[in-house]
Amino acid sequence: MLQLLAQNVLNALQLGSVYALIALGYTMVYGILTMINFAHGDIFMVGCYLSLAAAAFLLGWQANLPLPLVFTAALLFSMVLTALLGVTIERLAYRPLRQAPRVSAVITALGVGLFLENFTLAILGPEPRQFPSLIAMTPWEVAGLTVTPLQILIVLLAGALMVLLDLLVRRTLLGMAMRAISYNRPIVPLMGVPVDRVISITFAIGSAIAAAGGLLYGLAYPVLDPYMGIRIGWWAFIAAVVGGIGNIRGAMLGGYLLGIVEVFTPVFLPSSTYRDFVAFSLLLLLLVFKPTGLLGRPVFERV
Amino acid sequence: MRQILEIIDLSHNFGGLRAVSDFSLTVGEGELVGVIGPNGAGKTTIFNLITGVFRIAQGRILYQGEDITQWLSNRITAAGIARTFQNIRLFKDLTVLDNVRLGAFSRHRYSLMESLWRSSNFREQEERLTRRAYELLERFQVAHYAGVPARNLPYGEQRRIEIARALISQPRLLLLDEPAAGMNHAEAEELIRLIRELKEEFSLTILLIEHQMRVVLNLCQRVTVLDFGETIASGPPQEIHHHPAVLEAYLGRDI
Repeated sequence: MLQLLAQNVLNALQLGSVYALIALGYTMVYGILTMINFAHGDIFMVGCYLSLAAAAFLLGWQANLPLPLVFTAALLFSMVLTALLGVTIERLAYRPLRQAPRVSAVITALGVGLFLENFTLAILGPEPRQFPSLIAMTPWEVAGLTVTPLQILIVLLAGALMVLLDLLVRRTLLGMAMRAISYNRPIVPLMGVPVDRVISITFAIGSAIAAAGGLLYGLAYPVLDPYMGIRIGWWAFIAAVVGGIGNIRGAMLGGYLLGIVEVFTPVFLPSSTYRDFVAFSLLLLLLVFKPTGLLGRPVFERV
Repeated sequence: MRQILEIIDLSHNFGGLRAVSDFSLTVGEGELVGVIGPNGAGKTTIFNLITGVFRIAQGRILYQGEDITQWLSNRITAAGIARTFQNIRLFKDLTVLDNVRLGAFSRHRYSLMESLWRSSNFREQEERLTRRAYELLERFQVAHYAGVPARNLPYGEQRRIEIARALISQPRLLLLDEPAAGMNHAEAEELIRLIRELKEEFSLTILLIEHQMRVVLNLCQRVTVLDFGETIASGPPQEIHHHPAVLEAYLGRDI
């Protein structure tokens, strides 16, 4: 029994890491623009495909390349390109609507998401793609638990990215500028902060982290299709709201919580198909009792 | 004396309301100039126009001889114009230290990548910045608040932190928007002394908006008086003090 619990917690940690990485993108953009970037799940999907493209290309070119090298190259490639994608989307689709009612930007975001899905569909076709196995899946037996090197990699890499981001936001001038923009945007330029550039950087970081999540997800659940970003995007969004949208540590916490929900649903309920029901119920309950999310704070003022 | 700021025929409307009308003012290097006028006279609007908060549709502003009329706020701050606000605009959830540090944004010279890898350049600059922020907090006797969120501080301290935040950007021109607002007589006297000291210590040029006549008359070398967006008088404080138009604006017309 205890073993089963520990095993499930481990699996939840793996899945939750991916949700947390994607949730960070939602929460960062919300923090700085008070806008939900509904295209973010699809940005994750593109990141996943980009890392697949890089890995498939490298393996097709030199079949005996060391796998860690292929992994690293695919990671960097997809993070950089997905960051560019995020910045481009903000520049072309959201920035022109900065002064427009919030709902215009949200609808635009939904449109951008549809565009990304259908663009991918048009280029690659509807059939699912197989992600090549880059990291050993051979399980180790540790104290009765089954652990794969991939699981450890996912948890550690996601954790490292989150620590890095947390340091960036809390300790550097750039991070301070991001937080300042979320508190009182109109006066931030008077501190000498180029607000548009900080917003671009926020999109770049959020998208790059989603791309890292995409690669890790592809390795763990190696079947990709152009609509994969929808469900995972929704789950990550719930994670961000549960943790307190706008709050970086909240998004991380929410991600792991939803990992637990997903993994434990089939343990307690007859089928894993109840997972959406459980996740959305959790969200609704939380919104009733703590509308600001677990770590979110009520907003006292907006200038 | 070199001119540091030249405002030429500046006008600004809010909808149909003329908030500032053909305002001109020249400030020389090292001067301490005041703009006074009753509430709603357009004083803060002028600061908002100088610092790029509002777009300028009519008129021009030159800073050190350069036309900054269309510059964005962040560029203006980086060029050396810093300001405080009439109703305090600290980032209330950031700590006092972070508020002051953020003021130096335009002075940092490291890239995003360097901050991710925590390069030695990044660490040195951040260290220097933090040290500088502490020095300023000590200068204003608020260093013990460094780790406290700005919202928890008393009003007077928040004002001083705003000045510290402006100073860390190494301005040549400091704009003070009603620094004595809400202060009693003794506090205002103390503030006058502080502003004089800061001007010497940081070799500043200061342009000051004030509602309280006493502060301006004690402090400034030259004073411009605004009423309903119009300049009604301009000159040395002792002249302004007895100017009939000024008395009328402040005290109302004799019946």
